[in-house]
Amino acid sequence: MIALHNYLILSAVIFSIGVIGVLIRRNLIVVLMSIELMLNAVNLTFIAFSRYLGSTDGQVIVFFVMAVAAAEAVIGLAIIISVYRHRQSLDPQEMQLLKW
Amino acid sequence: MDVNLVPLLPAVQVLVTALVVTLRDLFIKDGESRGVLAFYSLVGLGLAAAEVFFLLGGRQEGAFNDSYMLDRFALFFALIFILAAALTILSAIDYVRQTGMREGEFYALILFATVGMIVMAAANDLMVFFLGLETMSIAVYVLTGMWRSNGRSSEAAMKYFLMGAFATGFLLYGIALIYGATGSTNLAQISAYLLDQPSEWPVYLIGGGFLLLIGFAFKVGAVPFHFWVPDVYEGAPTPVTGFMSVAVKAAAFAAWARILLYKLSPLDNDWVFPLWIIAIATMTLGNLLAITQHSIKRMLAYSSIAHAGYLLIPIVVGVEWGGLPLLFYLLAYSFMTLGAFAVLTSMTEGDESKDGYSDFAGLGFKRPFLALAMALFMLSLAGFPPLAGFTGKFYVFRSAVLSGHLNLAIIGVLNSLLSVIFYLRVIVAMYMEEGGAAGKSFRQAPFVYIAVAIALLGTIYLGILPADALDWSRRAFGSLE
Amino acid sequence: MNHPFLPLLVMFAVASVIVVALLTVASLFGPKSTNAAKNDPFESGNPPTGDARIRFSVRFYLVAMLFLIFDLEVVFLYPWAIYFRHLGVFGLIQMGIFLVILTVGYVYVWKKGALEWD
Repeated sequence: MIALHNYLILSAVIFSIGVIGVLIRRNLIVVLMSIELMLNAVNLTFIAFSRYLGSTDGQVIVFFVMAVAAAEAVIGLAIIISVYRHRQSLDPQEMQLLKW
Repeated sequence: MDVNLVPLLPAVQVLVTALVVTLRDLFIKDGESRGVLAFYSLVGLGLAAAEVFFLLGGRQEGAFNDSYMLDRFALFFALIFILAAALTILSAIDYVRQTGMREGEFYALILFATVGMIVMAAANDLMVFFLGLETMSIAVYVLTGMWRSNGRSSEAAMKYFLMGAFATGFLLYGIALIYGATGSTNLAQISAYLLDQPSEWPVYLIGGGFLLLIGFAFKVGAVPFHFWVPDVYEGAPTPVTGFMSVAVKAAAFAAWARILLYKLSPLDNDWVFPLWIIAIATMTLGNLLAITQHSIKRMLAYSSIAHAGYLLIPIVVGVEWGGLPLLFYLLAYSFMTLGAFAVLTSMTEGDESKDGYSDFAGLGFKRPFLALAMALFMLSLAGFPPLAGFTGKFYVFRSAVLSGHLNLAIIGVLNSLLSVIFYLRVIVAMYMEEGGAAGKSFRQAPFVYIAVAIALLGTIYLGILPADALDWSRRAFGSLE
Repeated sequence: MNHPFLPLLVMFAVASVIVVALLTVASLFGPKSTNAAKNDPFESGNPPTGDARIRFSVRFYLVAMLFLIFDLEVVFLYPWAIYFRHLGVFGLIQMGIFLVILTVGYVYVWKKGALEWD
């Protein structure tokens, strides 16, 4: 059997990859993908705990997280379009209108 | 099935108003007046406020297996949110028209964000809290980028979205770990678990608590995670900035007070020291950087970081002493900050914001009422008696002294003295310099007058006669038991 | 021998060996002919026209975003449908409220003209 801690380590690793991606990648779309990766790592944690604890709460939560993540992704993409119209670039380092 | 829907009343009222505004907007042709939408929004908010008062009189109850608790605490915050939304809409009516933003969506999004905030303050379950938080955040991301013809607005929205979504990831991971450790997301059950087993906690429970803490620190803009605040506040449309710095911050502190300060208080020992450092760093850095700014809008952004630092003092102090000052300070802060941003909103000419110190020069003679109100808001923010800011700070520092955190109180007082420099600079510019912008739009904007007047009354009232509000704050926090 | 993943490992090993072996055999003994058509993306298909990395209309993007949002409602409809008898009239009303709110969004999208192609 795969023990709980294997899942937890896996999701921690995926979450960290997401965090690092947000911090070092220089394309907004990739940054957005990294954020989605973080949320999905959390989903994995919820599912693993849900199974381990024998309660369905965790699985229900994952539905909500998925819906929220979709809404967030759509808003993020819309904002990216609106930024691109002004700057013609997706590199966050080039956003200099406001002192970063 | 036993379902009690009464506690949902204020949130549903605001939600229905938002849906009505969204739909009504679609049936107004381009070019026709959309004033009726602001009217609908304000009426809806007024009804919601009336329902809050009605519920305050009755018995406070939970809904959905107590995952949603509309107790006095939640009602207190619901009133702050409704007030902030109403004042924001009032001061934005003319601004939105001048800058060519879409009116219907603007009001509807403010209302949607308010729904999320009420849910956040009433959430007695980490999942309900998360949903409220996202309802609020997603609406505010869009509001930040509403001024689409302005590159700064889009850029601010981008930064706010990235930081907000990033923080959401941390918060959610914290919730997941706490769920795994305690077997529930319901705060009552988590609290019971913590009290049952006072020491044998899995490592990931502590980790989850810290991740939650990081998420909250991001949301309120506390110091290591504050860097997005000035940019976002500067780029966002001015009324939205006011709404963010009051309502969003109050919502984050409401959830912080209920979840971390109260329900998870057995975990306190681990994070009192980090919080102590964060509080001191937040107020000091906020005030120091505010001094160097040239734009009043950006100065207010740093000042709102500093105020987040003052608000962290009651949280460090703990449940016993911290409840009353935290709530009262938030109320006082709401009035004075909303007022300052309403004045700033009126300083628009065409579609250009005039928010530098030089634009305010000579305002005291051109727009006496506006300048007087701004001067009082600045004095209140700096903490001069007899205004709301003074009373709020007095109780915050008093709680620190009484609970034995004398060092926090001293640093807080020194910071308040430091902040006088940049708040007085606004007054000096308004009364002792000449030139600057005319504040033209103010003449045609009667609604801004109303918003400023309401905020001014609140600021003075809370400064002179704080007894009722103090009693109210104490009872609100007491209802968490 | 008792580890549950051992068969999986063996399967991976066997699969890799077979794949490598087949590729090696094919490259050693297979007949070779080279011409330009061999390098096309679809060897026996239509000859490609133009560049694959052209800009295309933002409308595709909009439709994709709307699809993402409205598609996810099913996440909630599906568990509800399975427990429909259990939840009874109350569940029906709740789902009705959910769908009404969703419909407001749909009407908004429709009236704003986001569904019209031209």
